[in-house]
Amino acid sequence: MTSQNSGARRDLAIRGERIALVDLLDRVLAGGVVIAGDVTLSIAEVDLVTVSLRALVTSISALEDSWKAGR
Amino acid sequence: MTMTADACVWMYAVTAGDGSVPGDVAGVGGGPVRAVRADGLVAIVGDVAAEEFGAGALRRNLEDLDWLERTARAHHGVIEAAAEAGPVVPMQLATVCTSDAAVAATLRERAADLREALGRAAAGQEWGVKAYQDDEPPVASRDDRPGKEGASGASGSSGPPGPGAAYLLRRRAQLTAQRDARELALASAQAVHDSLTGLALSSRLYPPQSPDLTGRKQRMVLNAAYLVADGRASEFAAAVEDLAGRHPAVRLVLTGPWPPYSFVADSPRDSFVADSQQAAQP
Repeated sequence: MTSQNSGARRDLAIRGERIALVDLLDRVLAGGVVIAGDVTLSIAEVDLVTVSLRALVTSISALEDSWKAGR
Repeated sequence: MTMTADACVWMYAVTAGDGSVPGDVAGVGGGPVRAVRADGLVAIVGDVAAEEFGAGALRRNLEDLDWLERTARAHHGVIEAAAEAGPVVPMQLATVCTSDAAVAATLRERAADLREALGRAAAGQEWGVKAYQDDEPPVASRDDRPGKEGASGASGSSGPPGPGAAYLLRRRAQLTAQRDARELALASAQAVHDSLTGLALSSRLYPPQSPDLTGRKQRMVLNAAYLVADGRASEFAAAVEDLAGRHPAVRLVLTGPWPPYSFVADSPRDSFVADSQQAAQP
């Protein structure tokens, strides 16, 4: 696995501290503005296709089920 | 700036016209960062090699988690540096144009959306809150696992039925306890989310991260982002602390502040996020 914060981080993260890769990928892959147009590639074309991205979304249905079950 | 056929233009973020461009930060691929201006907006961009970041190569490279990490960290580094100077609208990773002219055309075409997003970005900072289900209750101890039990039970097929029945009873109690713990953790996550949403300008749910990626055995039951007004950040952090104390079934982790990645899109384009929000908000 890639570098992770192993310790619990209950406290405020400090700017400049190394960010957990998973938290970053959540945001840079699923967040941000999507611009089409003259773009050579939009991530929308690749997500769910690539191995690394698929790893991020494997538990989507689990979350949906969880929230619904919690209603 | 002359473009060669071998270069593409990587977009990091868009800022308002008076925003400055971070000077001393290396971009994706190690190159410098510069501005493309149009219609009162500034795109923060950098040149990247087509052989690594063109459409075909990008698709391949995104499969490589090490490459993805390097690229994501560089992308984020520029956005964070730009955010020091003022509100930024981050671009999704791997927004690549063929030329500065194409970037400028995009700015003009999306100017209204981008200005609106800049308004949201100026309103506050993004904070992340994750909740993990706290450790399983002690009833699920290792000695109760079927592996050990099965091995001793299988040694005597004509033996007394006692151990097997006792195992089944224990196993049933264990499953009930696990289900109860799970439900308690989910209810806690929902309560935490509801409370924090009340303090935030906006919120967004992400799918829970896989244990393979978090490196934690505990199951994630909440992975949320909140846009918090600048003046309320410490109040928000205190609320997270307070909620952590009131909901021992979950462990809360606060991250941030983040550039407003989760709150700049004009419309939800990830159906799973929209679905989750619908499911979470009655």
